[in-house]
Amino acid sequence: MNQEIKPLNVLIKGLFLFALFNLVIAAWQPSVGQFSLYNVLYPGRERLPFGENPKQSYNLSLFDLNAMFASHVIAGTPKADDEFRIVIVGDSSVWGTLLKPEETLAGQLNTDHLNACEKNVRAYNLGYPTISLTKDVMLLSYAKQYDLDLVIWMTTLDAFPLEKQTSTPLVANNEEKVRELATSYGLRVDADDPNFEVKNFWQKTFVGDRRAWADFFRLQIYGVMWSATGIDQFYPAEYEKAQTDFETDESYHDLTAPLTEDDLAINALDAGFRVVGETPMLLVNEPMLISSGANSDIRYNFFYPRWAYDDYRDIMSSLSERNDWTYVDLWDIVPANEFTNSAIHLTPAGENLLAENLAPYILENCK
Amino acid sequence: MLIASVIVIFWLQPALPIRGADFFTPIATLVLVVLTWFITADDETRKQRKNYIILAIVAGIVLLLNLTRFIPQLQIFTASRPPQLETTLLIFLITGLTLTALSRLTRFSASFLTVGLVLTIGLFLLIKIPALSFWLSSFLRTLSGQSLTNVSINDFRWLGFSYVAFRLIHTIRDKQSGRFPSVDVGEFITYVIFFPAFTAGPIDRLERFIKDLRAPFAGLTFETFYSAGQRLLLGLFKKFVIADALALIALNDSNATQVASTLWMWVIVYAYAFQIYFDFSGYTDIALGIAQLLGIKLPENFASPYLKPNLTQFWNNWHMTLTQWFRAYFFNPITRWLRSWEKPISIPMMILFTQVATMLLIGFWHGVTWNFTLWGLWHGLGLFIHNRWNDATKAKSAAWATTPTKLAILNISGILLTFHFVAIGWIFFALSSPAVSWQVILKLFGVH
Repeated sequence: MNQEIKPLNVLIKGLFLFALFNLVIAAWQPSVGQFSLYNVLYPGRERLPFGENPKQSYNLSLFDLNAMFASHVIAGTPKADDEFRIVIVGDSSVWGTLLKPEETLAGQLNTDHLNACEKNVRAYNLGYPTISLTKDVMLLSYAKQYDLDLVIWMTTLDAFPLEKQTSTPLVANNEEKVRELATSYGLRVDADDPNFEVKNFWQKTFVGDRRAWADFFRLQIYGVMWSATGIDQFYPAEYEKAQTDFETDESYHDLTAPLTEDDLAINALDAGFRVVGETPMLLVNEPMLISSGANSDIRYNFFYPRWAYDDYRDIMSSLSERNDWTYVDLWDIVPANEFTNSAIHLTPAGENLLAENLAPYILENCK
Repeated sequence: MLIASVIVIFWLQPALPIRGADFFTPIATLVLVVLTWFITADDETRKQRKNYIILAIVAGIVLLLNLTRFIPQLQIFTASRPPQLETTLLIFLITGLTLTALSRLTRFSASFLTVGLVLTIGLFLLIKIPALSFWLSSFLRTLSGQSLTNVSINDFRWLGFSYVAFRLIHTIRDKQSGRFPSVDVGEFITYVIFFPAFTAGPIDRLERFIKDLRAPFAGLTFETFYSAGQRLLLGLFKKFVIADALALIALNDSNATQVASTLWMWVIVYAYAFQIYFDFSGYTDIALGIAQLLGIKLPENFASPYLKPNLTQFWNNWHMTLTQWFRAYFFNPITRWLRSWEKPISIPMMILFTQVATMLLIGFWHGVTWNFTLWGLWHGLGLFIHNRWNDATKAKSAAWATTPTKLAILNISGILLTFHFVAIGWIFFALSSPAVSWQVILKLFGVH
């Protein structure tokens, strides 16, 4: 029997169903990120998704921590009985800007086939290319579910300034998670921090949140290219080397000498140690370029005037002693020629040197 | 529709590094269309007053668009700020003088049509041959007083020209063979630059298009709205969801050398094969849907081509209006010409020549480069081989495939073989370097 179709009814019903779908999404906020084709159809990524030019890097930046971790190899690797599992958190120097996955610190440690407590060391790269201790704490809180034996937390002074803690997009777009850390681990967060991107109800609908949905799907699709090529970042043929000549500029953010603990987000370090709990953690002051160019008597490098960095090192030493943290200061172990496009980005040889210097501490800290 | 189409060709034209080129290119399209109409229309139609009114309206629209140069808020129809008005007026003056000079001629000679044909093909070659387009870019840069330091073959992209050229050649050839319908300039411009089909076809035939255009608009019935809307949504989904997603993993110049394993190479080649299909057929669906809403039923361009059991059927169902165009204006005439020889060449040689030549031309239509040449050659030889194979095995196949199961086996095998032949052919199409294409093919078969 032919039933007459009324166009207006079809239109109204269609619009109603679409609106309903959007409202359900906004109210429910399904955690689709945990569903991933990585570690199922294709291998997990060796480092967290990050990319500013997806078409060349087959990688992209997104803010859904569930999706990011679900795409990582650690999420799909059951811990073997003889595995000594290490995660390394930190900034772009850990993530490995300009480095292939096997050239990063985690990659080099894996290549070294270390044996700790009669177990095979397997290191996972959980670095993320933005500098903020709060971001690291947030990633640590996710990482701890993976039955860790040791955490290596690579830091540098630039991760400590208070104003940098929530300004990184990954933190700014995960307010709920950061507030949870504040409640559970005493992470200090301002109640009305303007950096947080707060979504209203309409921004949580499918239409309002379409960018996040698209990013989720694109991450899954780029898994094909990751599997096919093993490429997860764009490697330019040439890049500008890290700056070694400077102006006579002694400023560091808006801080004045001497640097004190109150100037820095020390509370985030405390929170990080509370997050990992009983799991041993090595706090490492990462290597940086020590310049010998113009005005290098004033500045170590592009990031740091000497006064600020020297004060920071003193603070870190005294803090770790006071709190009984395992602290390793490797700030000057890498020669200047082993840095690439930034004062904290190492060459493969630089990473190798770092891995060699860290290895004894890993072996010492196995339980 | 005329007004919308004129505005849309300016709107769609992307920004070009040559100053003013993105404004003058649509004007060039309009001038070319008007001149072609002028030499193809019969005397009586040409002299009708309404043509002058229509031309005045079109010129008025262009001038209004040009005047948005002074109102930044209205510069939404052009990719960049429109140029000085003087140049546009000068183009109009030259076009007007040309038309006046032509109209003073008491009798139109057939040679005008030939000149039109040669001019259109010449422009086509100018744009499609890299060396010539480089020269054109340099010339236009010099003309606009720009430096030649960064000149590139991509400086000048004439949006929609490939399809415009096909429609113009079709009308000129039909005029030459006495099949050209009487149309006014407005109808002709609307046909050539009809905005839903301007950038990606389909290539309609003038007499069919005019029939729809002249039919009184009966209002939008629900059936039309429903079917057009469905087509439009399907097209949008195919293009912006499926094709754009596949584009992220489809074979291209950069990933071709990065994929090491045979399996993943097949994956990205398949991705390209489906991406190009969904992209192109999606665009066609969008064009057909919009046209239907305007009362025009454009011809179909795709009919499940990847589900055809042989290459001949694939080409009868892939970009159908293009293949029909080539059949009508190249393949059939060239076959007739070969048959008319006093001592005709053998049938197989004739098939080889016509198939390869046709497919080479289709390849050149995409660009006169080695990769499109190889792609055309691949399909031309494929069609010839299929033709010969079919001739040789038709009886045996029919005798063997006596049950539905056997028929299905034959059909499925044919579909798989044809699809893979086409997919491998796309490698030449997708990659600019024949050497890299060859490497990809070797990788597909495990030869690294």
